[in-house]
Amino acid sequence: MKHAEIAPPVLELRDVSVSYRVRGRAVPVLNGVSLSLGKGEVYGLVGESGSGKSTVALAVQRVLPPNGHVSGGQALVNGRDVAALDRAALRRMRARDVAMVFQDPGRALNPSLTIGRQVAEVFEILGSPHGEALRRAESMLERVRISAPARVMERYPHQLSGGMQQRVVIAMALAKDPSLLILDEPTTGLDATIEAEILDLVDTLRREFGASILFISHNLGAIAGLCDRVGVLYAGRLVEEGPVRSLFRAPRHPYTAGLLRCLPRPGLRKDLSPLDTIPGFPPAPGSIVAGCVFAPRCGLADDLCRRVDPPLVPTGEGRLSRCHYADRVDRLPHAGGRPAALRNASGEVDAPPVLELDGLSKTYGVAPYAVHALRDVSLRLMPGETLGLVGESGSGKSTLAHALLGLVAPDAGSRMALDGAALAAEVRRRSPEQIKTLQIVFQNPDSALNRSHTVRRLIGRAVTRLGGLAGALREAQVTRLLEAVRLTARQLGARPRQLSGGMKQRVAVARAFAGNPRLVVCDEPTSALDVSVQAAILNLLADLQAERRVAYLLISHDLGVVRYLSDWIAVLYLGRLLEVGPAANVLDGPHHPYTEALLSAAPSVAGERSGRIRLTGAIPSGVNPPAGCLFHTRCPRRIGPICDTEEPPLVADAQGHAIRCHLPREKLGRAPALAPA
Amino acid sequence: MSEGMPLADPAVPMAAAPAGREEKGRGVAGLLLRSPAFLLGAAILLFWTACALFAPSFVPYDPFADDLLNTLQPPSAEHWFGTDQLGRDVFSRVLVGARDILTIAPLATIVGTVAGTAIGLITGYFGGWVDAVIGRLLEVMLSLPLIIVALLVLVALGPSTPTVVVVVGLVFAPLVARTVRAAVLTERHLDYVAAAAVRGEGAPYIMIAEILPNILPPIIVEGTVRLGYAIFTIASLSFLGFGVQPPSPDWGLSIAENYGVLVGGFWWTVVFDTAATASLIVGVNLVAESLQRALAE
Repeated sequence: MKHAEIAPPVLELRDVSVSYRVRGRAVPVLNGVSLSLGKGEVYGLVGESGSGKSTVALAVQRVLPPNGHVSGGQALVNGRDVAALDRAALRRMRARDVAMVFQDPGRALNPSLTIGRQVAEVFEILGSPHGEALRRAESMLERVRISAPARVMERYPHQLSGGMQQRVVIAMALAKDPSLLILDEPTTGLDATIEAEILDLVDTLRREFGASILFISHNLGAIAGLCDRVGVLYAGRLVEEGPVRSLFRAPRHPYTAGLLRCLPRPGLRKDLSPLDTIPGFPPAPGSIVAGCVFAPRCGLADDLCRRVDPPLVPTGEGRLSRCHYADRVDRLPHAGGRPAALRNASGEVDAPPVLELDGLSKTYGVAPYAVHALRDVSLRLMPGETLGLVGESGSGKSTLAHALLGLVAPDAGSRMALDGAALAAEVRRRSPEQIKTLQIVFQNPDSALNRSHTVRRLIGRAVTRLGGLAGALREAQVTRLLEAVRLTARQLGARPRQLSGGMKQRVAVARAFAGNPRLVVCDEPTSALDVSVQAAILNLLADLQAERRVAYLLISHDLGVVRYLSDWIAVLYLGRLLEVGPAANVLDGPHHPYTEALLSAAPSVAGERSGRIRLTGAIPSGVNPPAGCLFHTRCPRRIGPICDTEEPPLVADAQGHAIRCHLPREKLGRAPALAPA
Repeated sequence: MSEGMPLADPAVPMAAAPAGREEKGRGVAGLLLRSPAFLLGAAILLFWTACALFAPSFVPYDPFADDLLNTLQPPSAEHWFGTDQLGRDVFSRVLVGARDILTIAPLATIVGTVAGTAIGLITGYFGGWVDAVIGRLLEVMLSLPLIIVALLVLVALGPSTPTVVVVVGLVFAPLVARTVRAAVLTERHLDYVAAAAVRGEGAPYIMIAEILPNILPPIIVEGTVRLGYAIFTIASLSFLGFGVQPPSPDWGLSIAENYGVLVGGFWWTVVFDTAATASLIVGVNLVAESLQRALAE
């Protein structure tokens, strides 16, 4: 930033517009976006899907798809217009100046080459001889904090975890010592702890390398923790820009304000208040020709907004806002679900549990290569309550859900009971009543909804199977379900492809509720959705729970989601239950050292991740789990040899809060005093 | 905004909703109609189909009528493609000759595609030992030259049109099954299959109502490609005497009947039948290829 006056900015966009040709028509996806990045600066670009944020990255590299073109403005890298570069200069720019890291590291790496080969190749392209390239590759891997880089160099990409792969991709990007590093959703799809590690890494590397970083993400928390300045993109327009802290503390555009309010924050709970949402949908590109792009969804919009497109005006402190009423944003009315009063407090105290799991184990393969995906997990869930299941990937969360649903058979000796009746391992040996009682909402509606069926058929079939209705009764029930998930009969004839992400997930929820279930497994129900849509789905789930007294088994790596919906929380690690208890007790502590690390890893918009506990080392393999306490290899609070040899028992207190740790409770960590929400 | 929207746009409002299938259909049809390869292939197919259906009523001569005074006449204004050893008009015979092959080949293709789809669905869906056992059996079949397998069965059963249809169909089934199985394997792991299982649906429902509609495009392409091969195989069988039986003017059969006189320079007795067979196969392949490309988009 300081050098900005002398040297040209590393990246400058001047009024860049990009449009895609779709079926013979030009569809604008970016509209007059201007921004600039000084040397060493980290700029966060936030936006929901379809906002055009990835198009920015593609336009900078001049790698737009064949039907896209820059229809106006200029993109300058180190002061040179990207559009004016000839082939050789363009290749030089891509090879040396600009590096890019995409969302899915598995696809960015060549599966048939070793890591060493791939990283060394970057140095060879830059002119190092083979031997030196290998040496430099090794030291580069060390700089991205990969322990034992020599061993990793011999591996193939599929032998590494997602977090490791992303480190390798970042190492390859930084190998050319670029002046601009573009990170496009680099942590989406990674676990919370891995995500935090990658964010930490990027934070350290920016100082070591001095590269400017364009960080593109829909994750407000990640941006808050990492970036200096933020730009908020909505429907192809930059609607607000400014220093990260002040922008997130006091947004000056109603869209930013709405986004921030959508996040499930500490202190918000399903029975206290609904989450705010942003009503309506983002406009189709090019559909809004007059006025402010956000006006149709804005609580502050008036006639002026609908007629006149507001300019991007400075509002002080280096901030810009594209709003006529930037000074009134704090008065933006709340929009959300129904008032909290309608949601009664959960839990019938004396009712028998809807679900009991007793000694649930699942082993894949046979010794000595057996993987213990779940070992001896016992849990119970009361009607109308939510049990949040937390843990990194490989912790056994999904195995537990699949065993419960009858998709995988648990080991002999496991016992599952639904409403007191034993639950068979296979779906077809379960009673129709049990099948009705237990349903699921999957993570990704694109995969969970059959793309060749219409909404009528998707929900109708479930009504037939689970509700046993036919004919007019069936139609009526489909309509009722649609209303319950806030959809209308207009959507009946649509196929999933024609619905937005949020609508699709609503259809999936409606389908799960077709037979009036008493227990619904929600497997990452919002992680494929945008922030504003996530809030609406969480509200919907909370409302349905209050209305129908359905219990949820909620699997999520997003602690905000778990915190908002859960009455109980269970923490799994390598298939073992490390902690279980009432949500408040687990979240406030004392908590298991692993829970403590998970909680501290979650990025928050407040941007303070100072008290973060760093877990060292990778998750041990399930084939050869550590002896003693499973967590001792990574535990920051390890007390001594006892942890290595003896597994601690799961000890519960009077409130049912059980922790599996050798440390006495008073020595375990607690949540710091809650920051005001 | 109702028509110019990118397909992947998440915000597609419901205005366009009921247009679902037609929209996609129009997309594929539009692409096909703009593809010269498809238009050419379709024109060839249409031409031969029309011949198969109507040629007997408009050809200049009875294709079965001998004229022993005019045998082996070269092409002339009277006999455009000349006459064969029995003095039959080659032009009429070529046009009418489309009839048998265009009946048998599509029927055999349908038999093969249906059987192959069923096998592919079952092996792909159940996996495990079902897949292993059936898979090995199919591999054994595929490891033998198809035409030899077909020949052996036809020799054993004796040639007749239904036998040819069934034999050629079943010989093709393993190839179709392989394609279908691969497509099922990618669908099998999508959550909608799990959702159906959790709902208590049986395997037949999941295979037919849930998975099958999503794998139709590769099946259609595979079926079209198979049609080309079926024409090829049946022409070969007829040439060898195990396909269409005399006195049919079938192309393969005519070639077999007349290739002996080629040495004498009577090329017209064979060339036109050969060209007709080739043009039909090329036409089918052009359609198959453009279909594949259109469905892939």
